[in-house]
Formats: sequence, C-alpha cells, structure tokens
Amino acid sequence: MTQSYTITNMLAGLGRMAISPVQEFGRVAIFFFRGVIYLFSFPLQADKIIDQVYFIGTKSVFVICLTGAFTGMVLGLQGYYTLVKFGSEGLLGAAVALSLIREMGPVLAAIMIVARAGSAMAAEIGIMRISEQIDALETMDINPVRFLFSPRLGAALISFPFLTAIFDVVGIIGGYVTGSLLLGINSGLYFSRVESSVLMEDINGGFAKSFCFAAIVVTICCYQGYTTHLRKEGFGAKGVSLSTTSAVVLSCVMILVADYVLTSFLL
Amino acid sequence: MTVPLIEFNQVFKRFGDNAVLKGVDLSIYQGQVTAIIGKSGIGKSVLLKHIIGLLEPDQGEIRFQGQAINAMPAVARRAVKMKFSYMFQGTALFDSMTIYENVALPLKEKGQVPFREIQRRVRDKLAQLDLAGIEDKYPSQLSGGMKKRVAMARALVTDPEIVLFDEPTTGLDPIRKNTAHAMIAQYQKTFGFTGVMVSHEIPDVFYICQRIAMLDQGRIIFQGSPAEIQNSTEPAIRQFIRGQDPEATQAALSER
Repeated sequence: MTQSYTITNMLAGLGRMAISPVQEFGRVAIFFFRGVIYLFSFPLQADKIIDQVYFIGTKSVFVICLTGAFTGMVLGLQGYYTLVKFGSEGLLGAAVALSLIREMGPVLAAIMIVARAGSAMAAEIGIMRISEQIDALETMDINPVRFLFSPRLGAALISFPFLTAIFDVVGIIGGYVTGSLLLGINSGLYFSRVESSVLMEDINGGFAKSFCFAAIVVTICCYQGYTTHLRKEGFGAKGVSLSTTSAVVLSCVMILVADYVLTSFLL
Repeated sequence: MTVPLIEFNQVFKRFGDNAVLKGVDLSIYQGQVTAIIGKSGIGKSVLLKHIIGLLEPDQGEIRFQGQAINAMPAVARRAVKMKFSYMFQGTALFDSMTIYENVALPLKEKGQVPFREIQRRVRDKLAQLDLAGIEDKYPSQLSGGMKKRVAMARALVTDPEIVLFDEPTTGLDPIRKNTAHAMIAQYQKTFGFTGVMVSHEIPDVFYICQRIAMLDQGRIIFQGSPAEIQNSTEPAIRQFIRGQDPEATQAALSER
C-alpha cells in the first residue's frame, strides 16, 4: 500500500515537473501578446517609447562600439592566421563581414544589451513590484503591462536592429584594423571582399534575428521583474536579485537557442 | 433600510497556513467615512485591498451597490474600480518620478484632462497639504511624513467617489496629523466622498469618522457609530480603545 503511494507521489511529482515549464511558457507568451496589443492601443505611448529608446539604445552605443571593435579585431587576427595557411588571406574581409552580419553581430549585441539594459529592466520592475508601485498603478486603473512592458518592447524593437548594425560596422572596421593596418592585407582588397560577399539576404537575416532577440530579451527581463513577488526561493531584495539573475541567464540562453532555430530556417 | 455601498458577506482569506479573514461581514455606507480599527497585523490592510480588487476572497463575496463585484462583467468591474482611489500604507510612490509626476500620473494617464488643468489641480492639491515647492524633488529626498502627504495628494487629485486610506497619518507629527484628519473631514463634507480608513489614531478617528468597524481574530466584532463603540461594554473593544493589554499589565504588576 505504502509502496503504491510512493510510486503515485513520484509520478505526480514528475507530472508537476513537466507541466510547470509549460505553464510558465504559456504565461510568458500571454504576457508578450498583451504587451504587443497594448503597444498599438490608443493613446499611443510615444513619449515613453522615446525615453526607453534613449535608455536601451542610445546609452548602449558605447558598449556596443567597444565590444564590436574588439570582436572584429579578434576575428581579423584569427581569420588572418587561419586563411594564410591556405593562401587565401585576401578573403579576410568576407570572412569577418559574414561572421559578424549573419551571427556574431545580432547575438553579441543582444547579449551586451541584456547585460546593460535587460538586467536594469528586471531590477527596476522587480523593485516596483515589491514596493507596491505596480499595485498602485492598478488602483489608478493604469494597466501595468501597458505602462511598463509595452514601451520597453517597442523601444527594444527599434533599438536592437540599430545597435546590431552599429556592432557589425564597427566590427568590420575592427577587422580592417588588424587585417590591413597591422597584418598588411591590402585595404582595397579587404573592403572589396566585404562588398562582394555580403548579400542583402545576409543583412535581412541579421535584422530578423535582432528583432526576435529584442522580443525575447525584453519579454523575459520584464516578466522576471513583474513576477518577482511570486518567487518561492526569496522575497524582497533577495527576490529582486534572483529575478535579475534569472532574467540575464534565461535571456542569454534563449538568445543562443533562438539563434540556432533562426539560422536553421534562414540558411 | 439603506443599501450599503460596499458590503462584505462572509469573506474568507488565507495565505498558506495563515487564515487572515475568517468570515468578515461588513457594511460601508455612502457619504460616510468608516474607520477600520484593530490590532497591528490583524488583516485590516488585507481587508482594504479586497475592496479595490488587489486581492480576491477565497470564499464569500463583496458587493458594490448590492451587486457582487466578482460576478460583474469586466467592463462593469472596471467602471466600479474607476470610482475608487487608494492611499497605500507604505505610500507606494514611484521613486523614479518627481513629486509632480507622481501626483499628476492618475490624471495624465487617463488622457482626458488638459495639460494646464493637470498642472492647476496638482499644484492646488500639493499646496493644500503644505507641500508647495517640492514638485521637482524625488520621493527619496522627502521625510516619511511628507511622503504620506504626497500619497494623500495623489489619492485625492482625481476627486474620487470612494477613497480607501491605509493608515494615512501614521508617522506624521501631531500638527500635520490633525491637518490631514481635518482635510479628510473637510473634503468629505465638501465633495461627499465615501471613505474607508484603516487607522490606529484613537480617539481622533471618533471625531472624523461617522462609522467604526473593529476587526479582531479575522472577524468584524463591532460596527457602529463612534458613540456606540465608546459605550461598548465588550472587554476586547474597551481594552483596545483604551490602549490596555491585560496580559502586559499583569506582567508589569507581577514584576513590581
């Protein structure tokens, strides 16, 4: 009798473990769709979107340039010493540009934005949740999802492609610095290879990825902050710290998962 | 007999193993200020949050003008909610916004009040609460008492029909406490709003409230006029309004 109860409990536990992530995914999806609907509902929140574009976009330009430059420089170095073995160092421009535009630009730019803006979003909304500011919005008949999430979503959809484009351009220049200025590849050859190898569909693919990453990052980060009070592992300040950590880790993992899925469709 | 504006009918609420409300029956009448009194941590704020829908009862119903709120369609429920304003115990001011932005937010977000009218109403409300000149400051730059008054200004700026005050004067000095109480009483007379106030300010609440309800051990053990509660012979009520704790008194006497 006791043994059958133990087996039943184990099965129930397994069932809960399987259902819980599905439920959570459903909640995140509903949160996202509500955000999208409120983004286009009147009155439009243009002023809030502009504020968030400044926070997510403008304030991230420096870190994007810095990481883009060094990523391009490393690609230039690695690419040169690999290609020179086959006597094809002239293709360095194409290798750097395609790596950046197709893969590294969207992914690394998104990860840098998670680190700079995503964590801040999760912490800010989490603190608003634990200090009853979100409850206050509800009592004023202000929809918290519309007020907090939709402008961030709109701003991210605008900012991510621009930041990705900046990352790509700065990265290509970084590759030029190491490939041409330091290692001696002809400058004209480097840029002509960039021009001849990059197709419009590569650029479109990169932008498509950055749009998807924008939606993923902002949804995960805002959702983690918004549901801080529901965390069972910690309350108050600890809950906010856990939400922020989860937001960053989950966003980075989901960027890489989504990158694989999108690449398999785009290729 | 008059139909209560808000009515609790056998409301139960539990958080995990902690049963907070154990069958609350309470009537709140239009045009009156009702004070909810009771010991700290007894569930007064939980009760107040049920009125505005921040918490849902596990069992029982809350009626607004005779209709169960949780059975109303979403549109009607929203229309009811728009009649309310809530002043939080912990103020719940938006710490990344200035004081002006905090008080203006409920007007601005509706998008129906012109910009100049918002400015006028916010400045008037701040001036009435002795807060003029702090419009550009942030909540973290204010004292606890000032934050309370800003929260009160935000609750009253929309001229709501029903205002829920969660300990509106805790932490204020005696002069400002009296000013806040006088303002609530004066506003109530001028605009005729219905107020529900969680408060420990005894006997002050007896002078500004028309009705008192006492929550004890998850139930409303008294509801009636201030005169009635002051004449009550119920030991738990007498001890509470006189600030007497029989166990503590006994312990102090035995130590002597």
